[in-house]
Amino acid sequence: MINRRDFCKKTMIMVGGLALPLAAFELFDPKTLRAEKTDTEKVRWVFLVDTHKCVGCGMCVKACKIENETPYDANVTRTWVERYVITRDGKVHIDSPKGARDGFKTGKIDIGGGKFEDIKPEEIDKAFFVPKLCNQCDNPPCVQVCPVGATYQTADGVVLVDREWCIGCGYCIMGCPYGVRFFHPVYRVAEKCNFCYHRITKGMKTACVDACPFDARRVGNIKDPADPVTKIIMTERVNILKEEYGTKPQVFYLGLTKEVK
Amino acid sequence: MKNHVWRPLYIVLAVVVLVLLAQYIIVPKDFGIGERGYMYGWHRKGNEAEWKAVKVKYKTSEYCKGCHRDKYDDIKSSPHAAIMCEDCHGPALDHPKDPPTLTIDYSRELCVRCHFYLPYQTSGRGKIRGINPETHHPEAECTMCHYPHNPKREATR
Repeated sequence: MINRRDFCKKTMIMVGGLALPLAAFELFDPKTLRAEKTDTEKVRWVFLVDTHKCVGCGMCVKACKIENETPYDANVTRTWVERYVITRDGKVHIDSPKGARDGFKTGKIDIGGGKFEDIKPEEIDKAFFVPKLCNQCDNPPCVQVCPVGATYQTADGVVLVDREWCIGCGYCIMGCPYGVRFFHPVYRVAEKCNFCYHRITKGMKTACVDACPFDARRVGNIKDPADPVTKIIMTERVNILKEEYGTKPQVFYLGLTKEVK
Repeated sequence: MKNHVWRPLYIVLAVVVLVLLAQYIIVPKDFGIGERGYMYGWHRKGNEAEWKAVKVKYKTSEYCKGCHRDKYDDIKSSPHAAIMCEDCHGPALDHPKDPPTLTIDYSRELCVRCHFYLPYQTSGRGKIRGINPETHHPEAECTMCHYPHNPKREATR
């Protein structure tokens, strides 16, 4: 027969045991602690886009597709260039035919379905080009939603996709607020810009940065205070895309307007 | 306790052991928490090396300079200085071994990427000297009149 003292003791032990979450045991893993508490990395790749300089030639898109073996004629690309034309009536016209792989060779706006909208030069208030690519966010939502650990962030901040491990569920493609992810038509897994990881880790620049004749795209290391890209980000009026999502994107833009989404 | 109570428990235990065994066999040994912790760093470590091993195709103008110094100096002293060789000549890959010759893009489509005039004064595009390809000698290749390495000079082809 159980007495009152034993009953109270056992109840306390059981409640205590139930309250102890599994995660509490993780506190004793020094590796995890080190990863979460210290930030001794020397490199954090960031990108800087100057929309004043971009002329929409699309050389970056062409170079990216060839460098990263994205099927050239498939309508998918790791990076693309958008054209924004804002007319006097306040309307915003946006297009990016084939991701601007062949540049912009007409003043007409591609409105889809093979239709084009003509815009008279005297109606234009503002017109400019905005290159887009993966933002390599500090809080990447695409990584959080991956159920199998196939997409992850490296120590230097780049988000990669493990082609062998990806099951092609598409959660990350839906999860990215910037729409930079797509299905690779050949490998049939999630695909995205990775800042040409094979180039930047060899001391080279990304293919799109090398291909850009106008210095509109630059890649740099924000942990290095002497890096010219870091200096611009720290001292000039740079902007990021969709700040309200809390993703902490690491692609910085010069010359954004409120129309750019 | 009676046997019929224990039997289902054995089955459950067997399933647990099977799952753990399958996990041990299927999951690669280098799979684990990376530098970015549980939330962002859960991955197969070996994949980082796989991405680093991707072949570099665009070798940049510095690579071309090694053999084609004359052409390099030619373009670097012209208004086209900022254009990388491979933008028009295509990726170097393993040239000169493979491919032995690069296919040069002489098409009008290449030049009008920048030189099709667009009236965008708020962008760099509006400041580039441009043409309308429909009215500006539509029958001719640009390089018939313009020397691409230095547009200030006349064509040599």
